[in-house]
Amino acid sequence: MSQKTEKLIDKKGLRLDGRKPDELRPIKIEVGALSNADGSAYIEQGKNKILAAVYGPRELHPKHMALPDRTVLRCRYHMAPFSVQERKSPAPSRREIELSKVIREALEPSIFLEYYPRTAIDVFIEVLQADGGTRCASITAASLALADAGVPMRDLVVACAAGKVDDTVVLDLMDEEDKAGTADVPLALMPNLNVITLLQMDGILTPEEFEKAVNLAIEGCKKIYAMQKEALRAKYVSVKEVEE
Amino acid sequence: MSTVITRVKQRQIAQLIAKGKRLDGRGLTDYREIKVEQGIIERAEGSARVCLGKTEVMVGTKIEIGEPFPDTPDEGVLTVNAELVPLASPTFEPGPPDENSIELARIVDRGIRESKAIDMGKLCIEPGKKVFVIFVDVYVLNHDGNLIDASALAAMAALLNTKMPKYEVEEGEIKIRPGYTQIPIRRHPVTVTFAKINEKLVVDPWLDEEQVMDARLSIAFDDDGNICAMQKGGSGYFTQKQVFEAVTIGREKADEIRKKLGW
Repeated sequence: MSQKTEKLIDKKGLRLDGRKPDELRPIKIEVGALSNADGSAYIEQGKNKILAAVYGPRELHPKHMALPDRTVLRCRYHMAPFSVQERKSPAPSRREIELSKVIREALEPSIFLEYYPRTAIDVFIEVLQADGGTRCASITAASLALADAGVPMRDLVVACAAGKVDDTVVLDLMDEEDKAGTADVPLALMPNLNVITLLQMDGILTPEEFEKAVNLAIEGCKKIYAMQKEALRAKYVSVKEVEE
Repeated sequence: MSTVITRVKQRQIAQLIAKGKRLDGRGLTDYREIKVEQGIIERAEGSARVCLGKTEVMVGTKIEIGEPFPDTPDEGVLTVNAELVPLASPTFEPGPPDENSIELARIVDRGIRESKAIDMGKLCIEPGKKVFVIFVDVYVLNHDGNLIDASALAAMAALLNTKMPKYEVEEGEIKIRPGYTQIPIRRHPVTVTFAKINEKLVVDPWLDEEQVMDARLSIAFDDDGNICAMQKGGSGYFTQKQVFEAVTIGREKADEIRKKLGW
């Protein structure tokens, strides 16, 4: 493995993949990618390839976990064994358990949970290929899957990370930048209500740099939100030709 | 992780906070009394007990010789684990770690790791082959809210108290010598947790406030006041303004605590 031999930002201020500091990776979003799920979405962000599916509101098992006044949102973030360089064991790691929790807590504020007491809504996220920023791309896709399932929502949730590499605050870190960079700030936003539903950080940032990163991440979220809306609209506008 | 709290009390807590007061008499940015004891478990390489009001957390550290991670062949290994022991709360159950204890362990881990609190390079014995592995085990003994700050403090206090064996490498073999040295600690991260109740931020929420809060934000600061880790929790949200406010208040609080403990 190369260790700090390469510079992450060149003399012209461009990143390893030629992006400017405030530029997103190419994003492709498809709503309704799976036919069995009540709602689903597929996202590609850089080399990330992620599927999200929603089942429910449906009966909850085991029944004693049901809540009398609202639905239970359950969320599973999982990485495929082939999604990373070295094979990942399919058993849920501690990282995946933590991410499942923070993703659930990022989506919960957007849903009218009280509309469906005694039920469960299940969100399943499968990372097919990982390239840094998977939790954010997962949230973007999962929120669309929820909307696709017809779950009543206050707003979509959109997520994007910002961070610091080579003393520059940059948007949407890819794998190499995530690993060799100095800080990473994943953030999820409900863009119309303008509130933050996921916020994590690791690395070292001064409060000023942190503020800059948060503002940059929010800008990124707003750009992705436009694509999110477009993808959602595209599913319901398109009329598929059915062959015999 | 919820116990029952009456509606009356819920409302009382929320209404008081709107007026800038708290049910236990503290101001919105006041910590409960912090007590730190070190070296309480002789068999552990390092140990500490932290009381944050009625919340009580014990941390023990163990040191073993093991293999480094392939991507950091010349650094020691840090492993943090947290146990929500059933004797600490009616809501804790025996069994494998659940998402709450995993999240707690990972927040504590991130604060120590990202601030580079331990000089991991000095824990290397033979690059790529043998290094010291530090196990930090967080043991929650009494849950009265804000386990994150109490656990992070206890983990740091235990690490400051941790000794590693003296050794010598002779012809590729490790010889343990009599005596111990302190593990190399460079930084003293302090984590400050906020609860958002009624659109107001309160520092160091106790259990009843945690039942009422909409969301939680934990921020770890290093000795220079830089942010080194952050985690939002709970099913609510924060505004941008609230986040920046938390950073400003948290930075002061972390400094205060560090001064009080002489770190």
